[in-house]
Amino acid sequence: MKIVVCVKQTVDTAAEIAVEQGVISWGDTPLVLNPWDEFAVEEGLRLREAHGGSVTALTVGAESAQDALRSALAMGADNAVRISDSGLEFADSLVISTVLAAAIHKLDEVDLVLFGREAVDSNAGVLSAQVARRLGWPSLALTAAIPVLTPADKSIEVERMLDRGRQRVRSSLPAVISVVKEINEPRYASFMGIRKASRVEIPIWSLADLGVDSVQPGVAWLEMSAAPQSDVACEFIEAVDEAAAAQTLVARLREEKVI
Amino acid sequence: MTSKLLIYIDHHDGMITPASREALGAAHQLAKASGAQVEAIVLGMDTGLAAEEAARSGAARVFQANAPDLADFRAEVYAGVVASLTAGAEAVLLPDNGRTRELAAILAVDLEAGLIPDVIELEVREGAIVAKRAIYSGKVHTSIRGTGRKPVVLTLRSRAFPAFSGEGSPGKIEGIEVPPIQALSEVLSYQTSQEAVSLADAGIIVAGGRGLSNNPALEAPSDLTDPEAIEKWKAMEGFKQLQELAGVMGAAVGATRAVVDAGYVDYNHQIGQTGKVVSPDLYLAFGISGAIQHLAGIRSARTIIAVNKDAEAPIFKSARFGIVGDMHKVIPALMDAFKEMSAQ
Repeated sequence: MKIVVCVKQTVDTAAEIAVEQGVISWGDTPLVLNPWDEFAVEEGLRLREAHGGSVTALTVGAESAQDALRSALAMGADNAVRISDSGLEFADSLVISTVLAAAIHKLDEVDLVLFGREAVDSNAGVLSAQVARRLGWPSLALTAAIPVLTPADKSIEVERMLDRGRQRVRSSLPAVISVVKEINEPRYASFMGIRKASRVEIPIWSLADLGVDSVQPGVAWLEMSAAPQSDVACEFIEAVDEAAAAQTLVARLREEKVI
Repeated sequence: MTSKLLIYIDHHDGMITPASREALGAAHQLAKASGAQVEAIVLGMDTGLAAEEAARSGAARVFQANAPDLADFRAEVYAGVVASLTAGAEAVLLPDNGRTRELAAILAVDLEAGLIPDVIELEVREGAIVAKRAIYSGKVHTSIRGTGRKPVVLTLRSRAFPAFSGEGSPGKIEGIEVPPIQALSEVLSYQTSQEAVSLADAGIIVAGGRGLSNNPALEAPSDLTDPEAIEKWKAMEGFKQLQELAGVMGAAVGATRAVVDAGYVDYNHQIGQTGKVVSPDLYLAFGISGAIQHLAGIRSARTIIAVNKDAEAPIFKSARFGIVGDMHKVIPALMDAFKEMSAQ
């Protein structure tokens, strides 16, 4: 099984984000491997352990993004590729999906591509489906379990977690999957893993390397602002006991027309 | 030719979803500014009622396709049918949920169209649709527009737009033929969740945190000796209380990451940065401390009520009303108070 895991470097989820004059900053909060992608890397490693093969971590990003790849390598990925090109400055999901699909094509004979369900910065969760469509492969988004995978038959069955239920789907391989956190518990990188990861050469591919001409984005970002803070002042309900507190609360909710 | 807005109608058990009615409402607001015609598409196997409902809910024209190939929702298959109806469309609007977001993503590739998922506000600026969405887990808002190619594909967050409420004669329903489709995947089964109200559509949500398992009045059954098993049993009892309250209030039930990670509750209930983002009118947080990751999921809740033993818990900073006390005593008291209120 040749497995590719697409990852992204993001800011830590605990970061306090500031926006000043349209520019986002997060102080000295470290950048990390997108937390959702840890589940994708873990699943790739488990499938490799069960079926043999290799796991390649793939990202699009500037030089710092190689730390995200090293995190994946430290968990146990075999190799990594970073795509970087000045032509990607205003890239949207149409552009990034084109580039990732081209890279997966170049990696050749890939059986399975894994994504985390979304990146914690862009919160879009659309790339796995777009990459699948560009490759002409089945898209299995929001996968919570992979009960059946038979590389010899090129067949896979997954359970997808949808808003109103669970859907079990069978499809052919190669396929593109995005995973939700229910699927596994990601391992921590071992000391040996971290040492090994620091020695791996990470090739950098440009658009030219991928044979991709300039791709036009379909959307443009206008302005950005900090989300309005709700400046609510908490009204504490004080009463002799719970029953009285509940009565008072319900009365206040009616007065304020909340209910 | 006047331009049009094409609305994808999501339906469940023959009824169009509340979010679909909201998408029709949002389309009408846009149409007022741009003069576009609102058209809808309903796909499935037995969509008669859903198509009629869409026609009554603000769509001037409803395209309806019934075919065995469409019986199960499959984004790859549905995308092809939707794409065939987008000529002249300014935008395609879909109510946002997991499966429609996948559909929108695939559709955008087929049309080489700009894609804006999970939109919370819409406006028309200089003739172009501008969409606002939340990024960095709701900490930042950004406005986005298409680069000129048409259509633009947008998914709209549940409960961010008012549902269509206009009057007028129902739109025209037109059947469309669907050629046989070579699909890459096959749906083996679909198990609907037991929840009466989905978190995304819920007007009221009751949610529990670590406090769920911390009921001092509760005596664990004597056959439980393992502290972890006792903890879990206590949490389940706490969750039952929440479900009862939800039943009384017609609410959906949510939980924090800590509770889900401890295995007390299914992941489907998780609210927050790594769970669901919700926008209820009323959010009742029981035994929830208010970690920043949890707050990211409830930013657009209109009113938050917090019940927590710890008066210093950060959740109170986001709450409109607070009760400092034992959630396990407050919940039954609230149930009585709400029952009494609805009996009046």
